[in-house]
Formats: sequence, C-alpha cells, structure tokens
Amino acid sequence: MVRFVDEFRDADKAQALAARIAERCEPGREYKLMEVCGGHTHTIYKHGLEDYLPETVTLVHGPGCPVCVIPMGRVDDAMHIAAQPDVIMTSFGDMMRVPGSHGSFLDSKAAGTDIRMVYSPLDALKIAKQNPEKRVVFMAIGFETTAPSTAMTVLRAAADGIDNFSIFCNHVTIIPAIKAILDSPDLRLDGFIGPGHVSTVIGCRPYEFIARGYGKPLVVAGFEPLDILQSIYMIMGQLAEGRCEVDNQYTRVVPWDGNLKALQVINEVMELRPYFEWRGLGFISHSALRVRDAYARFDAERLFDLPGVRVADPKACQCGEVLKGVLKPWECKVFGTACTPETPIGTCMVSPEGACAAYYNFGRFTRTRVMEATRT
Amino acid sequence: MGGESEVCLGIPGEVMEIIEDRPDLARVDVSGVRRLINIGLLEGEEVGPGDWILIHVGFALSKIDEGEAKAAMQFLESIGQAYADELTALSGSRIE
Repeated sequence: MVRFVDEFRDADKAQALAARIAERCEPGREYKLMEVCGGHTHTIYKHGLEDYLPETVTLVHGPGCPVCVIPMGRVDDAMHIAAQPDVIMTSFGDMMRVPGSHGSFLDSKAAGTDIRMVYSPLDALKIAKQNPEKRVVFMAIGFETTAPSTAMTVLRAAADGIDNFSIFCNHVTIIPAIKAILDSPDLRLDGFIGPGHVSTVIGCRPYEFIARGYGKPLVVAGFEPLDILQSIYMIMGQLAEGRCEVDNQYTRVVPWDGNLKALQVINEVMELRPYFEWRGLGFISHSALRVRDAYARFDAERLFDLPGVRVADPKACQCGEVLKGVLKPWECKVFGTACTPETPIGTCMVSPEGACAAYYNFGRFTRTRVMEATRT
Repeated sequence: MGGESEVCLGIPGEVMEIIEDRPDLARVDVSGVRRLINIGLLEGEEVGPGDWILIHVGFALSKIDEGEAKAAMQFLESIGQAYADELTALSGSRIE
C-alpha cells in the first residue's frame, strides 16, 4: 500500500498512521476528502502524503489559497490605483506575480510604477508616515487569518491621524467558499480537512453547518505531515462509525472559540459585501469583506475611481476546476507547458500555496517516482 | 525588500521583551531574526519574555507552548524556500 515515502521527520509514525487509516476503510468504498487550506496542499505535495494513503482515499485540493482566488478584474483595479499620480502601492510578495489582464504588479513595477513589497500592513502604514506627500495604498488580501492584521492597521492609522493611507480591501471569508463547493453538483466529498490558521481566528464553531446541514465530518488540522495524516485518521473514524462532527486535531494552537479580539477588530472595521467574485468560482454571496462607512477615509475603493470591469479568465486556464477540486493540477490542459511558476497563466500556479505551483515544485517528481515504483 | 512571503504562513517566535510605553509591541526572535511584532490581538492574555507566539504578517495570532513552537520551527525549516522567503520578508520589516 505504501508505495513511496518521501523523507521527513517521523516517517515511521506516518507509516503506522497510514496503516491505521487503511484499517478504517470500508472495502469497495471510495473516499474523497478536501483539504481547504493552501498551506495543507503545500505540505501534502512537499511530503508526498498521498502516497501514504490507500488508493481508495483521494485528497482533493480546495480554494484556500487567498492569492489564487483574486479575480483578474480586481488585479486590474489595483494596477489602476497604482498608476495614479503620487501613489505608492504596497503588497505582500506572493501577490506580485498574480496576472491581471495587463500583466502583474511585478511587470508594472519593472515599468517604473511605485509598487513595494511589504511583510506586514504595518510596514505599509510606516511607508505612509515617511511619505506624507504620497498616497499609500495597501493591497489587502487573505482570509480571516490576515483580515485582523489589516483591521488593526486601519485602527492604528485612525488613532495616529494618518490621512494618506488606505487599503484596497480584497479579504475573503472561508465559510461561503466551502458552502459553494458543497452546493456544487460537480463534486461528491466525504469530509474536510479544516484549515489551521484561519481557525485560530474564527475557531471551530462556524464549521458546524457542514456536519449538521450537509452530513460531512470536518477536522481542523495542523500543518505538519503527521497532523494531516492524524486528521485524515480522525475523519475516517467518524465515517466508519457513521458520525459527522466538527473536531479539532490542532488543539495546541486553535481554540474552539477562535480569537475573539481578532473577530472584534475585523467587525469594527469591515463588513460583509453582498457578493464578491472569486477567480474560477464566480460570484459568491457574502463571501468577502469591505471597509465600513465609519472608516471610509481609509478605503481605496472610495478614494479612487475604479474601472471595476469584470474580466473573464483566459480560456485555456482551468483554475476554477482546480480550485473546486474537480481537476487535479496535472489534468489542466496548460499545466507545466504554457503555464509554469515563471510564466503563470492562472493564479493556482503563482502562490507556493496554489495547488498547481505546489504540484509543479514537488508533486510531479513524487508522482513520476510512484509511477516508476508501481511499474516494477 | 526581497522574499515573497506567503499570506497563509504562521511562524513561531520567542518574545524577548515588551516595548516600554507600547504594550502592544514586542521584540521577538524568529529563527535568529529579531523584529518588532504587534501583540495587540492577544489582548487579555499575559505575554512576556520567554513566551512563544504564532506570528502572521507582523501580528501575533496566538500564544503557543514551547514544544509546539519548536516542532513548528523544525517543520518550517524542512519546507525550505517558503520559510527562507518568509524570514527574508520579516527581516525587511520595520513596524512600529
């Protein structure tokens, strides 16, 4: 059953866990489990975890890569802001290569636009303080993991009376994306490996509708290979016993109720949008955050006149199917040929958390070796 | 600034000191890189030198125990480039 093992700490324990997972498989039944978080996808490919699992257990990669879900139109809007007079655009590094319809931040920076990489939104705020004659905009992306940091930065800007700082808010929320996938007719899933760091903020309760309303187990998992295998073992245990509950494998970091202060600051600064477009998934109701009226002066969407044009993904790109878990990265027509991490067509190839980039960097080698090993 | 940080990556760091007059800021050591980190999201929890925190884009998201921090660090070091990039990005950070 274990065909190929990539080297990592506690590989013996992983094999033992894999054997116990196999014991929990019902003969003749196929299992499809989705890992929602891009960080998990990265670990799974990096360590070849799929090779530990019985062939009847398939891992499906979900939409939890915040860079991957930003639609082209929003990238174009951000580039439009960056091109305005006296603007300094600031962004996390992994947003830099995300393609819009006229290239990426990186292309634009190379052409002379003032776009700067920052580690933290607070670094963007500092740039605003140091450049009072400029308008500094922070390209805010991420799930609930990152939204509190953006909100805290806006609160800090308000407290310090900084009037040349704003955010272009593209924060998205994980629950509506999971619901959209559950409602999608394309995919039949048996359970979910729940995201780790998002849950540090939102806790475990928001997932309860998945167990109650859809009858699927979800186990919040840590990021190490053993965490992921352990959570799969826990999901398989629920399935074997006919249970469906929300469980927490990552109790050492994730409190059941999340981080209340973080939720409070998000709620103070931001509110749900009626709808938001996700690349590949289309429009999803109440799935993203915008700046509340009380903080309108920090909202780049109101300060700048945005084109706001919806741009369809390139025809060749199948990121939507990959984000929904309908296609594996290597099943996309342009994977590894026209679309590579150096010249990405779709977002899944950009971020290290994107399923395609993770598979391109690690998985394909493992897969080749697995194929070779099974041939002999 | 270099280093393409991953928006999802949480990294453990050890609190060295809380900044005087700024109870929301701590000097933190992350694999040898010492930078200021905002601990305002840990309101209500006691944080002091020797405590370990999980850091995400310049903010502490939660307190973690030392065993978890060490295990997480070992794991992050094993993932190679993504963690190296995160540390490069962190070392360029000058939050206040």
